Amino acid sequence: MNGSPNGGAAPAEPRPTTGGSFLHDTWTVFLREVTPVVREPLGLAFSMVQPLLFLFLFGPLLGGAGGFAGGQSPWQWFVPGILVMLCLFGPMMSGYTLLVELLGGSLERMLVSPLNRTAMLIGRTLKESAVLAVQAVLIVALAVPLGFEPHWLGALAGTALLTVFGVGLGALSFVLAMASQPDGELFYGVTQMLLFPLLLLSGVLLPLDHGPVWLQAAAAVNPVSYVAEAARALFAGSFTEAAVLHGASAAAAVALAGLVLGTRRMRRGAR
Amino acid sequence: MINARGLTRSFKIKRKTVEAVRGLDIDVEPGQLVAFLGPNGAGKSTSLRMLTTLLPPTSGTATVAGCDIATDPEGVRARIGYVGQRSGAGENLRVRDELANQGRCYGMAGAPARRRADEVLESLDLAPLAQRKPGTLSGGQRRRLDIALGLVHRPPLLFLDEPTTGLDPHSRASVWEHILRLRERHGTTLFLTTHYLEEADTMAERVVVIDEGRVIADGTADRLKSDLAGDRISLVPRDGADITAVADTAARMFGAHEVTAGSGGRIEARVPRAETALPELLRVLEADGVETAAATTSRPTLDDVFLALTGRSLVEGEPAEGAAL
Repeated sequence: MNGSPNGGAAPAEPRPTTGGSFLHDTWTVFLREVTPVVREPLGLAFSMVQPLLFLFLFGPLLGGAGGFAGGQSPWQWFVPGILVMLCLFGPMMSGYTLLVELLGGSLERMLVSPLNRTAMLIGRTLKESAVLAVQAVLIVALAVPLGFEPHWLGALAGTALLTVFGVGLGALSFVLAMASQPDGELFYGVTQMLLFPLLLLSGVLLPLDHGPVWLQAAAAVNPVSYVAEAARALFAGSFTEAAVLHGASAAAAVALAGLVLGTRRMRRGAR
Repeated sequence: MINARGLTRSFKIKRKTVEAVRGLDIDVEPGQLVAFLGPNGAGKSTSLRMLTTLLPPTSGTATVAGCDIATDPEGVRARIGYVGQRSGAGENLRVRDELANQGRCYGMAGAPARRRADEVLESLDLAPLAQRKPGTLSGGQRRRLDIALGLVHRPPLLFLDEPTTGLDPHSRASVWEHILRLRERHGTTLFLTTHYLEEADTMAERVVVIDEGRVIADGTADRLKSDLAGDRISLVPRDGADITAVADTAARMFGAHEVTAGSGGRIEARVPRAETALPELLRVLEADGVETAAATTSRPTLDDVFLALTGRSLVEGEPAEGAAL
């Protein structure tokens, strides 16, 4: 963008007459979102408090619950679930930050700039996935001393799967935030209504195998339970299990739906 | 710089169609400072949102900074600055980070964007606050930051939606000082909305009055006042004088509908030029044997203009009558 200096009294800085490329714009949005995290990394730990509480205060109880196939350590079963939980809470919160920016004026200001509308969504979701990946690594690192033995390549694949899922959830939460204008009540209502049923019906906290039939039926239509199953399989290194395919499909479907809806909503602008 | 023809915008609110803007025609020359004046809900912000590509018009066309708002919104966006009604700075970002990112939003590379951020910080007297977050700034500082954000890419045209609303007089003066300096140094075209009458009156060289989605007056403040409101004469006859006779005399001279009886035996008249009309009135009254206790003249305010045009006052909560002095 550095053109020739224009003459006269005006400073030599060129006046941009067009916005940047799609990549430039995506990186710009990503940078804007990630800068506060880099400046204050403690905030990252703060958003991990809930999953960490479950890991340390709930996880040890599972040892006594029994019912884990093949004498497996409950950590093998529980840690991937905690990561799924992270995936649910993080992106939902990202919709909240967007909502705050919508209700303030900062998103409007960016909508008046030539920033690419799709880049505005992709940049934000990229930041969510970066944060998720870092948090996943931290959780796994904390769980290993407790007795968690991940298959390392599988763990990488599992994290990738969860990241894709998180991108989708993040984008959907952005759509919800934009639809919640002007007061944001819809956002709070829907997230409150959805978050815990999705979590409880995913078998993340306790296996659903012994639950009543209706509960299992409800879990069968919950994409989160497929993602959780797939994450468990991957973290154990079982790449060829059918659960991996199902979970990957569920995550991809959520990601696709989120990105399509999100891009369409961003293009329409703030209102 | 701005040419709009027949811009309209209607909203559906609870299955009822509300026409926020009904046929806006406006032309703004480069370098002008235009104030869009009107009561809340008059359609000021909606007009601005259409001209800045935030809101597609229901019908009508406009070119802004040489680009069509419907067919080339990106072109418009690259050439204009916009300071919205709400604060444009994100709560989580430090002032300098946000400004540098704003430069990137307009296609600048990282290093030039950071340099430019420092420049605007300096020129808006925000340099000491560079590492702070917006939440820790005062109202006036925050508003200056919003303006800085609008200026990062040196737009030739800057829109400001109620830049001083809610600020204390000191901060308002400071914001205005920066807006005027900008104009002086860079010849920036400024298009702003306000509902502060004095501001439109003293700062803008052109006032566009909007009410119920239509432009009802357009010109310099002085012009609008002389054409639409006129000066005001207020006269109190000495005790015992026949008020109605005085009112009749004034009505004979200035026209019946221009004369009103105010409180405390006061007679008020609206005239084109008070400084010549008052001595004349006093002479006639003296010839009739009426003595005058007090007489004053006053220039109209833009509120008088609005009152003359709509029969309502722009100043909220103030009844239309008794707006004298």
